[in-house]
Amino acid sequence: MRVVIVGGGKVGRKLVEDFTNEGDNIVLIDIKNHICEKIEESFDVMCINGSGTDIEILGEAEIKKADLFIAVTDNDEYNALCSVMAKKMGANRCVARVRNREYFKQLDFMRDALGINLIVNPEYATADEISRILRFPVAINAETFAKGRIELIEFNVGEDSALCNYALYEIYKKYKIKVLICAVQREGKVYIPNGDFVIKGGDKLHITASHGDLTKFMKEIGIIQKKVRTVILIGGGRISFYLAKLLIESGMKVKIIEHNMSRCQELAEYLPKADVVCGDGTDRHVLEEEGIDRVDSVVALTGIDEENMIISMYAKSRNVDKIVAKVNRLSFADLMENTGIYSIVTPKNITANMIIRYARAMKSAQDTEMRTLYRIVNNKAEAMEFIVNKESELTSKTLSQIKMKENVLIAAILRHNKMFLPDGNSTFEVGDTVIVVTTHHLTTLTDVLA
Amino acid sequence: MNYRMIAYTMGRILIAVAATMLIPMGLSVYYGEGIIMAYTIPIIVSIAIGAVVSIKPPEDKSLFVREGMVIVALIWIVISIVGALPFYISREIPNFIDCFFETVSGFTTTGSTILANVEGMSKSLLFWRSFTHWLGGMGVLVFAMAIFSSKDTRATYMMRAEMPGPVVGKLASKWQFSARILYMIYIALTILEIILLRLGKMPLFDSIVHTFGSAGTGGFGIKNNSIAYYNSAYIDYVIGIFMMLFGLNFNVYYIMLIRKFTHLKNNDEVKWYIGFMLGAAVLIAVNIMPIYHTFANAFRYSFFQVSSVMTTTGYATADFAVWPMFSQIILVMLMLIGACAGSTGGGIKVIRVVILMKIAVNAVKKAVSPRSVFSVKADGKRIEKGIVYGVLVYFVVYMIFTGLSILIVSLDNKDFATTVTSVLATVNNIGPGLGSVGPTGNFAEFSILSKIVLSIGMLVGRLEFYPILILFSPYMWKKS
Repeated sequence: MRVVIVGGGKVGRKLVEDFTNEGDNIVLIDIKNHICEKIEESFDVMCINGSGTDIEILGEAEIKKADLFIAVTDNDEYNALCSVMAKKMGANRCVARVRNREYFKQLDFMRDALGINLIVNPEYATADEISRILRFPVAINAETFAKGRIELIEFNVGEDSALCNYALYEIYKKYKIKVLICAVQREGKVYIPNGDFVIKGGDKLHITASHGDLTKFMKEIGIIQKKVRTVILIGGGRISFYLAKLLIESGMKVKIIEHNMSRCQELAEYLPKADVVCGDGTDRHVLEEEGIDRVDSVVALTGIDEENMIISMYAKSRNVDKIVAKVNRLSFADLMENTGIYSIVTPKNITANMIIRYARAMKSAQDTEMRTLYRIVNNKAEAMEFIVNKESELTSKTLSQIKMKENVLIAAILRHNKMFLPDGNSTFEVGDTVIVVTTHHLTTLTDVLA
Repeated sequence: MNYRMIAYTMGRILIAVAATMLIPMGLSVYYGEGIIMAYTIPIIVSIAIGAVVSIKPPEDKSLFVREGMVIVALIWIVISIVGALPFYISREIPNFIDCFFETVSGFTTTGSTILANVEGMSKSLLFWRSFTHWLGGMGVLVFAMAIFSSKDTRATYMMRAEMPGPVVGKLASKWQFSARILYMIYIALTILEIILLRLGKMPLFDSIVHTFGSAGTGGFGIKNNSIAYYNSAYIDYVIGIFMMLFGLNFNVYYIMLIRKFTHLKNNDEVKWYIGFMLGAAVLIAVNIMPIYHTFANAFRYSFFQVSSVMTTTGYATADFAVWPMFSQIILVMLMLIGACAGSTGGGIKVIRVVILMKIAVNAVKKAVSPRSVFSVKADGKRIEKGIVYGVLVYFVVYMIFTGLSILIVSLDNKDFATTVTSVLATVNNIGPGLGSVGPTGNFAEFSILSKIVLSIGMLVGRLEFYPILILFSPYMWKKS
C-alpha cells in the first residue's frame, strides 16, 4: 500500500514507524528540513521537504497513486486543506487529524462536505480510552469489541493471586465462567497460551469475556472491584474536557484542577456539572485541599510527562485506588507500566492505532471484514474483530479441522448477539463476529490459515 | 557496536558477491583455461564463511551510523581480498599485493593496473577484472539491497556511505525499490552499449568487457594500448558518449523515465557537467590540432580523453602524456572535478565544485560589502547550511589526504608528474595519470608501501573518505 503522510511530529513519526512495520511504502512530507532528515535516517521511507498544500510537492509524492493520505500536522485547517487537495489530485482515501472542539461538534458534516474519509481526534480518542479504563478499574487497560458487548482487559496477576501456579484448563474447570485468557506477557515476551500454560505471579493477562462474566470472574478469584465514582483530573487540556464530558455522562463526579484562570473559566462554562478548580495540580497542598485522599481515581493529564509521573506517584502514596497518567515518551511509559500500578495512556499510540486499524480494514478482502483492531502488549500482539461475510473454506469445517498458524487464538465468537467461547467443535457461520488474538499481522480472517 | 549484526550483513553481501564469480568460472570452463580452482576456492570459502555468520539473523537488529560505516568500509576491503584470490591462485599475478591492488582498482572503478602485458592474461580473468568495475560502479551494497528482501530500516546509513555525493536522493520510498530502479537503468544502458559496440564490429567478448569498463567508469581494457587498438571513430564516439552518460547522476534518468522534464531544466549539476566537458574538449582540440591536422580528428581524440578523464574512467585512444602542457593541465583539472554525484564516477564531483565556486563568489562579495546576506543555491533551491559546511569539510579532508599520500609515494623517488598524478589518478578513481603512469604505462614499478597507500587511496576515493578513515580511527573502536 502507498501511504503519504503530511507532518512528521509525534503522531507522524509513530505512523511512519507503524506503517514501515506493516511493510507499506511511505512518503513523508514535512515543512521542516531537520524533521525530514531525522526520519529519513531512522526509517526506510522517502521524505520530501515542503508544504503539504503545495501541488508540486504533492505531485512529487505521487499522490495520484496513493492509497491512503494522512494529514497529521498540528494545524486543523491545514490538515483539512491538504486532505481536500490530495483527494482532488487522486488519493484514494484521506485521513485528517482535527481536534478543535467546534469542528469536532460538526464532524459528520465536515467529513461529508470535505470528502475526508476519516477524521481522527487524538484527544477524544484518548479520553474515550481513559473512560473505559475507569469503568473497569481492576484492569490496567480495557478495550471493547462488538460495540461494547465483549471486553478485552489487561490484568496484573499479583504474587498471592488465586490464579498463581494453575494451568489454564484447571482455572476454566474450577470457575466455570466464560472467560478466556488470550495472551500472557511475561518478562517482556508474549505468549499466546494453550490449556497447559501455567500462570505465575507477575504475569500480565489479557482476558476476553462479556462485561458481566468478567465482573463475576474477578469476584470469584477474590478481587473486589470498587466502582469509580469520583475522579480528579489534573490539567485542563482538551483530553480533560472530553473525558470530563464522558465521565459526567456516565454519572461520575468530576473535579478538574487547572492552573490557567481563563482556561478554567472556559471549562466551567462548557462543563457546568464539573467542579473546576484553579490551582497548581503538582502542588501537594492544592491536591490535599481538593481531597485527593477521598477520591476513587486520579487522572494526570498535564502537558508534561514528568509531572504526570510524579503526580501519579504522589497519588499512589495517598492510596488512591485507580491512577491513570498520560505519558507520551514511550521509554517513560514502559517504565511506569512495568510497575503494574498505573494505567498509562499514550495519545500518539492511540491515534496511530486508529489509523492503522483503518488502513488494515482497507486492505482486508471482501469475504471477512475487519471491524476493530487493538494492538496489545506494546504492539507485540493484536486482537481483532472480523465479520464473516460469506461462505469460505473456513465456514465449512469445525475449528479442530481447520489448520491454523501458530500463535493464533480464536478468542470469541458472537452469534445472534450471544457470545460464546469457541472449542474444537465450534464452526464459523456467515454473520458471525469473530475475535482473534495473534502475534501475526492479519488483514482477513482467512489469514489465520497455515 | 553491534558486531553480530555487522557480521550478519557482511555475510549476506559476501555470498552475493561470491555468487557473481560463477560467471567467470563458467567462462573459464567454456574457454578450457584449466584455472577452475582459482574460482572454486574463493567461492566455496566465501559462501561457507558468509553462510556461517548469516545463517541466523541476530536478535538485536539495530544499526547506527557507526555500524553502517564499518560495514561499508569492511565489506569493500573483504570483497577486494576475495576478488583478488582468482588472480593469485591462478598464479597469473604472482604477488598478492599486486592482486589486491588490481582488484581494489577494479571494484573502486579506478582502472589503474600493475599489468604490463594485459593481452597475456586468461580471458575469464580479464572478464572478472572488468566485471568488478561493473559491480563496484553502482555499488555492492546497492547490489545486495536490490536482491535481498530486507526490512532493515537503518539501511540509510549504509546506502549513504556507498553512494557518492553530498546528498543522496532516494528514488522510491524504500531503499530496495530505489536500488532496483538504479540497477534497472544501469543494466539497460549496459545492454544498449554492448549492442552499439557490436554494430561497430567489435568482437562480442571485447564489447562486453569494454562496456563493463565504461559502465562502472572503471577503465580496465584488454588490449595493451586500450581503445586505440580498434582505431575506429565510431567506437571512440560510442564509448566516449556512454562514459559521459554513466558519469551523469542516475536520478536524471529516473526523472526522464517518469517524464518530469521540468526538473531537468534547472538541474545545475548536469548543466555544469556538460559545460565543463564540452568546453574542455574544444580547448584541447584546438590545442592539439597541430598533431592531428584536422579539427574533426583532433576533437575525436580530445572528446574521448576528456570524457574518459572527467568521468574518471581512464580509457585511452591516444597517449595524452605526450600532448602539449596546456592540454595536460586541463586534464589534471578535470581529474579533480570528476563526474556527477550519484553516478558511477569518482572525483570531487561536479556539484561539490559548483557549490565551492558559489561559496567563493559569495565570500568575495561579502568581503566588499560585509552586511550583505547570501544563500547558496543549486537546482533553484537553497542549500542547507549543513550541506554547505559538509562540502567545505570534504574538500579540506580531500586535500589533506591527497597531500599526505603524495608525500608517502614520493619516497619511491619518481619524477614530479608521476608522483603527483599517480595519487590523483587513484584517489579520484581514474586509472592512468601522467608521466610513467600515463595511458601506456602502469603501476608495477611502485614499492609495496606505495601500492598499499594507493589501494587505500582508491577505497577512500570511492567511498568518499569517511567510512575508510573512520575504520582506522581509534575513536571509532573505543567503548563508549
